[in-house]
Amino acid sequence: MNMQIIRALVKRDLKTVFQSKAVLMPLIIVPLIMFVAMPLLMIYLPDMMSVSGTSMSNMDEYMQMMPPGMLAELSGYTVEQQPIVIMLIYFLAPMFLILPIMVASVIAADSFAGEKERKTMEALLYTPATDLELFTAKMLSAWLPALAVALLGFVIYAVVCNVAGWHIMGRIFFPNLMWIVLILWVVPPAAGLGLGSMVLVSRRMKTFQEAYQMGGMVVLPVLLLILTQAFGVMYFSTLVAALLGLALWLVDGVLIWLGVKSFQRGELIAQL
Amino acid sequence: MAECVIDCTNLTRKFGELTAVDSLSLQVQAGEIFGFLGHNGAGKTTTVRLLNGILNANAGEVRVLGLDPAIDGAELRRRSGVLTESPSLDERLTAREMLEIYARVFGLDEKRARSRTVELLEAFELLDRADEKLAGFSKGMKQRMALVRALLHSPEVLYLDEPSAGLDPVSTRGLHDLILKLSREEGRTIFLCTHNLMEAQKLCDRVGVMEHGKLIALGTPAELSHRLVHGAKVEIEVQKEQAAAAQEVIRNQCQLFSEPGQNGTLVVTALHHEKIPAVLAALVQAKVNVYRVAAQEPTLEDAYFALHAADRE
Repeated sequence: MNMQIIRALVKRDLKTVFQSKAVLMPLIIVPLIMFVAMPLLMIYLPDMMSVSGTSMSNMDEYMQMMPPGMLAELSGYTVEQQPIVIMLIYFLAPMFLILPIMVASVIAADSFAGEKERKTMEALLYTPATDLELFTAKMLSAWLPALAVALLGFVIYAVVCNVAGWHIMGRIFFPNLMWIVLILWVVPPAAGLGLGSMVLVSRRMKTFQEAYQMGGMVVLPVLLLILTQAFGVMYFSTLVAALLGLALWLVDGVLIWLGVKSFQRGELIAQL
Repeated sequence: MAECVIDCTNLTRKFGELTAVDSLSLQVQAGEIFGFLGHNGAGKTTTVRLLNGILNANAGEVRVLGLDPAIDGAELRRRSGVLTESPSLDERLTAREMLEIYARVFGLDEKRARSRTVELLEAFELLDRADEKLAGFSKGMKQRMALVRALLHSPEVLYLDEPSAGLDPVSTRGLHDLILKLSREEGRTIFLCTHNLMEAQKLCDRVGVMEHGKLIALGTPAELSHRLVHGAKVEIEVQKEQAAAAQEVIRNQCQLFSEPGQNGTLVVTALHHEKIPAVLAALVQAKVNVYRVAAQEPTLEDAYFALHAADRE
């Protein structure tokens, strides 16, 4: 593989993608909601709920639904601290995965289907880049920004959680080991999932919007994870994060294999 | 003898039931300007794609610059440049950004990519717009930008698909001068796909005409014109009042068809050179005053239409 070609193509895709407002807006708004607004809401919500006088008994009922593993994890925290730990550490963990999936999907939709829409693919096909180099460059141009945004989001989230939660927690409580596993082991293949599924979807779609809307369905498994945890079926432990990461890497492997197989000049030119 | 740059034998490509390129055999020599003519859908673009390893052939042999496009496609594309029918520009980038990136993809080092970009932008009078987004460029400027991109890596073979589409007459002349310079002075091989028959006649050493995927004629423009068009078109200027009488003489005595041209002229088609004196003698004998006789050699355009008329029959 020729790294000069790949670097040049990644630069091209990134420069092109970040000129688009349709791509940039979700990349700015979603992290702001998820990493600033949501933790603040989670931290101050229990205070507001306690004013009504019913929240603590509801919380007790809720705690009884939780799996024993989570109860054990919470045993070291006070009653006031437990809701914050549940919300910020466990409930938002699967939700966090939406971010790399979404960023990778948006960029991949612009990079694969958007390229068809803008009629810029043909010139690329006449370059010395091999099919694999073109595919690799396109994957990296979506995957690297997704990781960067997720990492940046994680840092902002950690700061917001610890600063805003200081008056209740009295110490730095975030991140725990599960979150480290999440960021290092689960986020990269989660971005790959958004990307890989978009590559397949983009084969059939002619515009960025079509591809993005269809590819959005890939967040459904994440919603399932969120609901499963909300109903106490399981909780997002370090082991669950590790297993989820493993499963995602395997799915990514299949998606990349399918993507490489389908990303061939002859096929691509026929779709123009 | 010049090196054969493009050499294909019985090249065939099918899309389902449709045979887009049908047993094409063709040789193009180094430094030659080869015109590839044909209607839309005749198989020209598919041929260019086959020659660049974008598509693989179903049958036949092909070598370009001695390389097999199906195997050495990447190396071949490093040595070829293609101007596609639509400019296919990254319109969100500036002219400079797009060219520098493509120069890197074509293997130029960073310093050379920058200097080559400036050199070509200057040559094509686009340097003052170098840092503007391509989306704001006019159609003609976009076409020039696409050509600049195809020339970045100084390709040995240049495929031009309708290069003058969207260009004004001054830019078209500039383009023609450039094509001639690339071929005559720099020895580059030009494969020119065009509908513009005047352009092909002016520029091409040889032309091939495609129809339904088959190469139906091949030769120099002059050869094709003489082979396919029988006789010249002769314009005879006679006294205005005698035009009808002259037409009668030409029809009855010479068994030729004529039609009125401009300012009292008659245009006789399919008239062989050796018959011109006999026609003039008949007119003089009938006391028709002849002021001027001008024979027009058949053009590539005449040949092209004769070819397609024959094909339809």
